[in-house]
Amino acid sequence: MNLNNILGEIEKTDPEVYDRLDTRRKAMKEFANLGGKLALSAVPFALGSLFQKAYAGTTSTNDTVVEILNYALTLEFLEAEFYNTSLMKSNLFPDGDSIAAIQLIAKHENAHVVFLSNAIKASGGMPVAKPTFDFSAGSGSGNGPFKDVFTSFELFLNVAQTFEDTGVRAYKGRAAEIVGGGDLLTAALRIHSVEARHAAKIRIMRRAYGSGIGNVKPWITGKMSNINSAAVQPSYNGEDNTNQAGIDIVNINGFPITMDAATEAFDEGLTKAQVLAIVGPFIKP
Amino acid sequence: MSKRLVETNQAEADDKNMARLSRRKFLGYASAATGLMVAASACNKEPVMVDNTVTSINGEVDLGTGDFGILNYAYALEQLEAAFYIKVVMSMYPGGSPMEAALIKDVRDHEIAHREFFKNALGGMAIPALDFDFSSINFSSRTSVLATSKAFEDLGVSAYNGAGRLLKSPDYLVLAGKIVSVEARHAAYFRELIMMNSFADDSVVDAMGLDVTRKPMEVLAIAGTYIKTKINASNLPTY
Repeated sequence: MNLNNILGEIEKTDPEVYDRLDTRRKAMKEFANLGGKLALSAVPFALGSLFQKAYAGTTSTNDTVVEILNYALTLEFLEAEFYNTSLMKSNLFPDGDSIAAIQLIAKHENAHVVFLSNAIKASGGMPVAKPTFDFSAGSGSGNGPFKDVFTSFELFLNVAQTFEDTGVRAYKGRAAEIVGGGDLLTAALRIHSVEARHAAKIRIMRRAYGSGIGNVKPWITGKMSNINSAAVQPSYNGEDNTNQAGIDIVNINGFPITMDAATEAFDEGLTKAQVLAIVGPFIKP
Repeated sequence: MSKRLVETNQAEADDKNMARLSRRKFLGYASAATGLMVAASACNKEPVMVDNTVTSINGEVDLGTGDFGILNYAYALEQLEAAFYIKVVMSMYPGGSPMEAALIKDVRDHEIAHREFFKNALGGMAIPALDFDFSSINFSSRTSVLATSKAFEDLGVSAYNGAGRLLKSPDYLVLAGKIVSVEARHAAYFRELIMMNSFADDSVVDAMGLDVTRKPMEVLAIAGTYIKTKINASNLPTY
């Protein structure tokens, strides 16, 4: 068993794993000390407790807030650079209206980066550095499934929709951790609804420019991306939920609410692990 | 026993109010009950809404306190939106595309789903059905309907954004979050129908990239134009 490999795998979904473990050296030493004394079957449990210590021990309330803000900042970096890059391409946009739409969205994403960076500093934390992005979703190879994203407007809108819908789900997925969070929670909610406005606009654009598969609407129907790519499906899985807090929404109280309407009426959250798995290919390791 | 409108004389009204007061006290709503006590002493021969839930005196509906108060506040706004779109769809204005008509039907269904969700989630704590006054809206005019739709959706977004911090339960906060982003999608849609690229313009998103937010009292002052039933929001948590 190679602990380096295990840590490497975990690092893919949690880049801060080494910070949590203090240092790789200390983690290795701690594990080696344990490993010598344990039967092989006990190793997974020892590993589990090692990580439990790393993940449970560090979370004071403020650490949680800073961690969530840095998580949000990473997503805003992704969106901001995506739109900033697109606006530098001379042959991507079909007309002035589409440029104006993306300029407005870019303005918001850049403002979110500034706002979150300041909020992190104000909370006594350190803003994460902007990752190196690969918008082809090739994990740094530049040769992923979306390699034509800045030459094909259709592909550009597909990726934009996926980013916006994922952004909405990402903020929602962590709201519960900052319940009662005062101004900071309000700010997060205010960013969250801006992302939803963006998502609706991109969806309207996809419909208008004929790039949507099927009946793409400003809202999410079932778990449909209306995008011809299996790569984006993780951003939509779970959106087909029709039960909220134990209450079935389909035909609720005798009103003819269809399955589609029931799923559209509520956007669902994504966990941190789900979001990191989705954005992973867009980040150069 | 479900909701029933009954005419009563002074004594009967007082008896029923006292019965409700003791039930509210039993439920631990002592501070709300104090407010009702004052209202009850001024009670006249107005019809009284009698049901098993939070009820009204002189037609006034008390949203209540704490998380239930905030949920009732959201329930009131969803009632307003649902009632409006039901009317819109029943007398669909001319001049819109078939897709527009279909999507407005979607919006109606979303708002009914939200309304009924809150009703069921609140159970015995739910406020009764409210009465609305849409006389200022011209339902046969696309311009009038879209302007009102945009106003209601932006108002809804600002209401949820402003109320989220008042919720104590993480579960309710997440549910409010699941709804507010759908309201924001609606808002963007209506804004685009009215004017290209107004989906998140500077009238709703500030220089920091933050969407509009309002406190419950601010929201109710605006919504009050369309709500006939008098709403008492004085027991809601504040910030």
